Amino acid sequence: MTPELKARFDNDIRNHKVVLFMKGNALFPQCGFSARALQILQQHGEVHTVDVLADPEVRQGIKEYSNWPTIPQVFINGKFVGGSDILMELEERGELADLIAGKTPV
Amino acid sequence: MLDPNAIHQRILGALPGSEVEVRDTTGTGDHFEARVVSPSFAGKSMVEQHQMVYAPLQDWLKTGELHALALKTYSPEQWKKLGSR
Repeated sequence: MTPELKARFDNDIRNHKVVLFMKGNALFPQCGFSARALQILQQHGEVHTVDVLADPEVRQGIKEYSNWPTIPQVFINGKFVGGSDILMELEERGELADLIAGKTPV
Repeated sequence: MLDPNAIHQRILGALPGSEVEVRDTTGTGDHFEARVVSPSFAGKSMVEQHQMVYAPLQDWLKTGELHALALKTYSPEQWKKLGSR
């Protein structure tokens, strides 16, 4: 991963409370897991999305950045939270709202 | 083809004192689900908890022998609160 790309991820994640790296965009998700993750997050407010399909460098780079092998990936309040399974589980446990509100540490 | 018991043993070896339950979801020995309740999870995020379970299974995951593992992880405190859901 180039330093430029790392800086770009750092910025995205610093400047937005909730960031979703997904396949497709908010209007046209290109994968069921990405669509589901987006849907869950949108119930809690604004979501900044990054389409990994638009740039192969981003698609590969984000996996190295978070040390996580799959997409979608969710970052909340500057920290990596996980993929769609973890997101669904957090929502089921009722912990996601608090996490976004910053009431529980990520 | 993996045996749920082999997965169980590795998780338990890496996280002593845990309560581990592993199930073969498809009967084909490569898709599993596991529930792990471990004192080592206290204060850790869910991603960190999952990574602690994946760590001892890394070689099986890399070779694809273990294709998928659906995980539910809890600290004992979380399990007390959420286990009866």
